[in-house]
Amino acid sequence: MEVRGSTVQPAEAIARNTLLVKVRSQLAQIPLLGWLFGTLTAMAIEQVAGRLLARALGLSGVPGLFGLRIMLTKPALIPSAVAYVLLVYALPTLIVARLSAPLANRLAKLLLDRFPLWVSLVVHLGLLYATLHLWGGTSAYRMLFLSFIFISIILTLSLNLVNGYMGEFSCSHPGFMAMGAYVASILTVLFFVQDDVFGAPLLPPALGPFLFPLALIGGGLVAAVGALLVAIPSFRTRGDYLAIISLAFLFIVKSVIENLEIIGGPRGLMNQPKWANLPTVFAWTAICVWTIYNFTRSTIGKAACAVRDDETAAGTMTINTRRTKMVTFLFAAFWAGVAGGLFAHVMGYINPGTFDVKKLSEVLAMVYLGGLNSVVGSIAGAFGIQLLMEVLRPLELFKWIVIPVLLIVLMILRPTGLIAFTEVNVEDLLKPRQKLEKGR
Amino acid sequence: MTLATFFQHLLNALQWGSFYALIALGYSMVYGVLMLFNFTHGDIFMVGAYIGFFVSSGLVALSSLGIIALPGWLILALTIIIAMFLTSFVGMLVERVGYRPLRGAPRASAAITGLMIGIVLETGNLKLLGAQRRHFPILIETQSYQLGPVTVTNTKIMIVFLSLLLTLALHQFVRRTKWGMAMRAMAYDFVVVPLMGVPLNTIAALTFGLGSALAAAAGIFFGIAYPILEPYMGLLVGWKAFVAAILGGRGSILGAALAGFLLGFIEIFVAAVFPSTLRDVIAYSIILIILTFRPHGFFGEPYSAQLRL
Repeated sequence: MEVRGSTVQPAEAIARNTLLVKVRSQLAQIPLLGWLFGTLTAMAIEQVAGRLLARALGLSGVPGLFGLRIMLTKPALIPSAVAYVLLVYALPTLIVARLSAPLANRLAKLLLDRFPLWVSLVVHLGLLYATLHLWGGTSAYRMLFLSFIFISIILTLSLNLVNGYMGEFSCSHPGFMAMGAYVASILTVLFFVQDDVFGAPLLPPALGPFLFPLALIGGGLVAAVGALLVAIPSFRTRGDYLAIISLAFLFIVKSVIENLEIIGGPRGLMNQPKWANLPTVFAWTAICVWTIYNFTRSTIGKAACAVRDDETAAGTMTINTRRTKMVTFLFAAFWAGVAGGLFAHVMGYINPGTFDVKKLSEVLAMVYLGGLNSVVGSIAGAFGIQLLMEVLRPLELFKWIVIPVLLIVLMILRPTGLIAFTEVNVEDLLKPRQKLEKGR
Repeated sequence: MTLATFFQHLLNALQWGSFYALIALGYSMVYGVLMLFNFTHGDIFMVGAYIGFFVSSGLVALSSLGIIALPGWLILALTIIIAMFLTSFVGMLVERVGYRPLRGAPRASAAITGLMIGIVLETGNLKLLGAQRRHFPILIETQSYQLGPVTVTNTKIMIVFLSLLLTLALHQFVRRTKWGMAMRAMAYDFVVVPLMGVPLNTIAALTFGLGSALAAAAGIFFGIAYPILEPYMGLLVGWKAFVAAILGGRGSILGAALAGFLLGFIEIFVAAVFPSTLRDVIAYSIILIILTFRPHGFFGEPYSAQLRL
């Protein structure tokens, strides 16, 4: 430590230190609301001037994913891409967030003091959605990217319930997802679409978007019933044998679907109406995060954690371990089914090959990279891996070497995942920020 | 089904089951000793098959150039030995890279690194060798013998015989030798046994090496029976062998082999009686039923699996 101190000029060190402190104290005053104002402005700027600016910087169009892909494919354009990101996203966000900080603080305080917590939460979510809508609205590619991120978040959260909170190693999630996807698709195609196999629509198609949530719930419920097949053996066995049972379940589901000629067999099922647009997916994700967050803090969620730590001890402490396992499994499977239903209606086409072992390793990686027992960790994991897969797409085959190697290195450096066993307090997140005290 | 076709299917099932059995042994040993899922193992089977392919092609080229004239059976024997030896190093490397750094971590983290190393091996193979399929060289002429109405080929007999031999050899190794005793001790308690002076890392490397060598043998046998190699060949066979390994019971070598053969029987006979697309459904349903009534596998001790999470 002293060696380092002697090599740096003291005055310079102090100057840099104060600058850092200044920047940090400036940023620490901005509440979440202020950041959202900032990003919203940045997106609005992109809407208005993005294309023009991109042309002026020599880019062929508005960069799809913050210029990350451009940097990989055309190294010559890196300065322009960085300049674009700075000018359009970073600077406006920072400036607006800082300038609006006093107002945002007052507003956040007002919202928290005068209204119940959920009003404030809804306002934040609304602003977040507006930002995403503006960002995703510019291209179908971004829209699809966002939808996949949200679906991955639902999947990861629901798998985290079983693998993290309850401590089992379940491999059946792609199976639940497939069940949800197929049931929801069959419901919508049967009732609202003119199809070769399922015939004329039974209900007026105009009703479809309104009854679509019911189809999703139906898919989720069927997935939950399927989960009984895995949950009931889990009464007698734990951990590793359950991993095999769930793996066998996954293969059975996939194989059964491949053998059912009426739903397309291995060719897959198509003609799903693309009703899972961004607002729908966003709303379902918000509901999912909310319910799972509350589930983990409820009595039964705590009971699941107790079962994970020691099943026998939990049983002697009057926890009904069977009921806990059953409810957690079914609940998780329900959300995996909903995710599947959404996936089917984003793509407009599904086939059994999607829900295989590869999907399983993807979801497992998201859960374990993000961190067990953490809603925030799951969101981070799903977002991180989905972004990585999309950004590295220009590498083609090489992507499947880079991503696994990255994940191995990350796993070795942080064996429990990025954010494990920690949770964010929502109220702390939303509350207004104070100025940093002098001298801190 | 007549008796003749029954015996014909029985022979095919023995051959098909011996692949599963040999691969399942590797899963079972790693699972028994370290309580870890080695999800790379299916891909090690693939790597073993490719190493066998290159070794045998090289030897065939050498002997056809007249440098060393070797008969086919000697090439085959050399291929099996060299490939097993080389592949065991691949297994040890996997242990060193993906499992040893995570020794104190949650078990599932190691499973994830295993999965990822598997993907790296598959893609690396695809990237290095291209997408075309490789044809395993024919080393010994297939000869058919008629035993009454049943056709028996010499390769089938050899595969089944060698697989059983390797299984028994491994069983004896684990039962009789000092190294095997160390492995069994580690399987019994891997917290206390290292304190008694048994080197955990060496035993872990040995376990991975032995399992990988057997997977290489399975890969070569697979190449002899179905002479087409592709980078993703380890996926399907590997996952099924994994199921067989667990079905056999934790750490039970004979159990894993038995479950492997059983899985082979189920698959072949289901395909013989029902439409072959139903094979997976019925096979896995039977496994599900077995595990529901015998949750610890055939020879596994009922124990409480403490997940170190």
